[in-house]
Amino acid sequence: MFTYYLDLALRSLSRNKALTALMVLAIALGIGACMTTLTVLHVLSGDPLPGKSAQLYYPQLDPRDMDGYQPGGDPPSQVTWIDGMNLLHAKRADRQALMTGGAVPVQPAQSAIEPFFENARYTTADFFPMFDVPMLYGRAWSAADDEGSARVAVISRKLNDKLFQGRDSTGQTLRMNDVAFRVIGVLDQWRMSPHFYDLNSGNYAEDEGVYVPLTTAKDMKLARNGSTDCWGKGSDPDHMDTAPCVWLQFWVQLDTPAKAAAYKQFLVHYSQEQKALGRFQRPPNVRLPDVMGWLDYNKVVPGDVRLQAWLALGFLLVCLVNTVGLMLAKFLRRSSELGVRRALGASRREVFMQLLVESGVIGLTGGIAGLLLALLGLWLVRKQPSDYAALAHLDLPMLLTTFLLAVGATLLAGLLPAWRACQVTPALQLKSN
Amino acid sequence: MDILPILSTLRRHKITALLVVLEIALTCAIVCNAVFLISQRLDRMKMFSGVAEHELVQIQAYGIGKTADAKAHAQEDLLRLRQIPGVKEVALVNQVPFTNSSWNTSIKLDPEQKQATLNATQYFGENLIDTFGAQLVAGRDFEPGEYLDMREVARDEKLAKKINTLIITRDLGQKLWPGQSALGKTIYLGGDPARVVGVVAGLIRPSLFNGDASAQWSMVFPLRMDSDNASRYVLRTAPKDRDRVLAAAVAALRKADPHRIILEKKTLDDIRAEFFQDDRAMAGLLLGVCIALLVVTGLGIVGLGSFWVAQRRRTIGVRRALGATRGSILRYFQTENFLLATIGIALGMALAYGINLFLMLHYELPRLPAYYFPVGAIALWLIGQVAVLGPAMRAAAVPPVVATRSV
Repeated sequence: MFTYYLDLALRSLSRNKALTALMVLAIALGIGACMTTLTVLHVLSGDPLPGKSAQLYYPQLDPRDMDGYQPGGDPPSQVTWIDGMNLLHAKRADRQALMTGGAVPVQPAQSAIEPFFENARYTTADFFPMFDVPMLYGRAWSAADDEGSARVAVISRKLNDKLFQGRDSTGQTLRMNDVAFRVIGVLDQWRMSPHFYDLNSGNYAEDEGVYVPLTTAKDMKLARNGSTDCWGKGSDPDHMDTAPCVWLQFWVQLDTPAKAAAYKQFLVHYSQEQKALGRFQRPPNVRLPDVMGWLDYNKVVPGDVRLQAWLALGFLLVCLVNTVGLMLAKFLRRSSELGVRRALGASRREVFMQLLVESGVIGLTGGIAGLLLALLGLWLVRKQPSDYAALAHLDLPMLLTTFLLAVGATLLAGLLPAWRACQVTPALQLKSN
Repeated sequence: MDILPILSTLRRHKITALLVVLEIALTCAIVCNAVFLISQRLDRMKMFSGVAEHELVQIQAYGIGKTADAKAHAQEDLLRLRQIPGVKEVALVNQVPFTNSSWNTSIKLDPEQKQATLNATQYFGENLIDTFGAQLVAGRDFEPGEYLDMREVARDEKLAKKINTLIITRDLGQKLWPGQSALGKTIYLGGDPARVVGVVAGLIRPSLFNGDASAQWSMVFPLRMDSDNASRYVLRTAPKDRDRVLAAAVAALRKADPHRIILEKKTLDDIRAEFFQDDRAMAGLLLGVCIALLVVTGLGIVGLGSFWVAQRRRTIGVRRALGATRGSILRYFQTENFLLATIGIALGMALAYGINLFLMLHYELPRLPAYYFPVGAIALWLIGQVAVLGPAMRAAAVPPVVATRSV
């Protein structure tokens, strides 16, 4: 019976080619626009480290003086060198890493490549195991390297391809800012999006090319990138370790919620202790968001992307209303034909099925065309200059969503007209003509 | 034109008529808001910078490793740059408009104040006002003897207190002292006073992280930068010379010190275009959606009109046979469309207002100006009339003889 209905539907649709094309196009445009914007939204609001992010926390303290104090205000988004080092050495978490972003002049040994600036991360040993950073060659540095300010560097796969043509470069020398560093590790492909561990370098920034121990970077006075917030006597570029400024990010790994609660308690005690010592002046103001909490707090997903998703949903709605209206008009026009079928013994159910198959064909074709349009739309998004543009790819969950959206839109667009049209009274339709 | 028969016909096609009304309403609401958003973006892209945009180029140059005498090094660079033919002014500055990287500080009007008054950006660099081409509207520019070295000031707190003059923008002055002249007034930076000696018409912040309302909250201090603490060389030249000057300046900087990296070399026009690229992309996207919506709605009306005409062929024939002219058939369909469009537009206006309220709440958008409503209404009426014209003409062409045939 289904193939018969399908045959009827195709006949009916080919009778009004322009109209069929219009209905299919409207659904395709609506679904294409929706899928494109929802995919971008999905990619941008995704979890950078699925399975791990719930165990990673970002401790926040308030070390500022009483100037500008307002009860209930937010603590700073970064930590001072003193607090960062204290918390790092307290080792109260399962893992902990202190870090900041920077940029280093890289001086390739080959004269063919001009010296260039590379984004760098100055951090401590736990950074790599804590964020599940994959290593292609060699290893990351150890806590002992941190202590000894070792002149070692870990580089990204991309930089390794550029400087060492993708060969295992561990043990090689890399000159940066007129200092020789020993390459001890090469990362495999790794990009965190959003760039959650340091949002100062851009919410969807690419990961860094060079990783150097934080203490080494400080000793060598390597240039920093990022935000510095000061109070009191303000910034002192030569003595950032004692300046009343927050400029470092501190991340901890806490494997169970109980440990997280205990760590928060520890932060409160630490704040009280520092206040007793006279370093802190404000009452303890402690936060401990996890990765997703931190991203929410910073509202990383651009407002424009949300707006685009709303716009596309509105567009889809108009397209659906359009298609429903056209399909309804079309079905009602065929009332007499349907009346004949009813009079010849077809049940209301069978007529309904026949019409539903017809609208289903339109919806499905529109859905498939919409998927193609979404692929085209995403390709256009990737051509955009935004830093998240390159991330806009369709993944499996979004592909399934497209499919569901297409089927749902089909049913919505088909049910009402089919139901309305199969309400015809056979006798009346036969009589009227 | 008699409206009653139209209404009674529409009553028999309630659902279809309702769908047309709904489609027009949604289109009207979305298009009104989208056009408003586009106009907001276009306005933002025209934002006043206060600098001679078409005459400026910027080069970012970093030395590798430690420079022996950063001050002499910077002075030599500036001298070489000034010698390039066509260069009018040169400065080494800490920040440049539209580059998204900025130095900011909170300021107070009274040293005893607990909460800061506002957060403003700090421009440093010898000869900055003349190089940027900022227009002094009151007071004076800094005198050559007034400049101190940033390097010395950063190290010596006593010296920092000697920075006691600054130039601010007119907007910042009006924000701090509404209705008064800012000239001669004092602001406090972390307890240290500084007196306003000059006011410029405008000087936009490099980054608008605090929102567009604070775009002009800028201060200029008489501080001299060196090649260790600043990397942005700004040159002013005639618009037609920019590319040549840029190339010559890069060559001059490389010659002065081969051991350096030239990170960026761009005209300020390009830097500005990049700064607003997201707004441009969004405006383009919104425009595309508006056109698509109007086309879909227009085609929908065409499709529906065709159906109705086909369905009513016999009735039209009867009317024609009974003496109705072609014109009255044509007007019948036009009036019908006008009625549906009017209901749709009325609904759409209410919806547009609702969407605008939502956007005001979540995207800090201003209220939709009232003139959008009549303009939107006229646009949709026109589209409706154009769309229905084809089917209506076909209806008018139905010959009276149809009435005598059975379908």
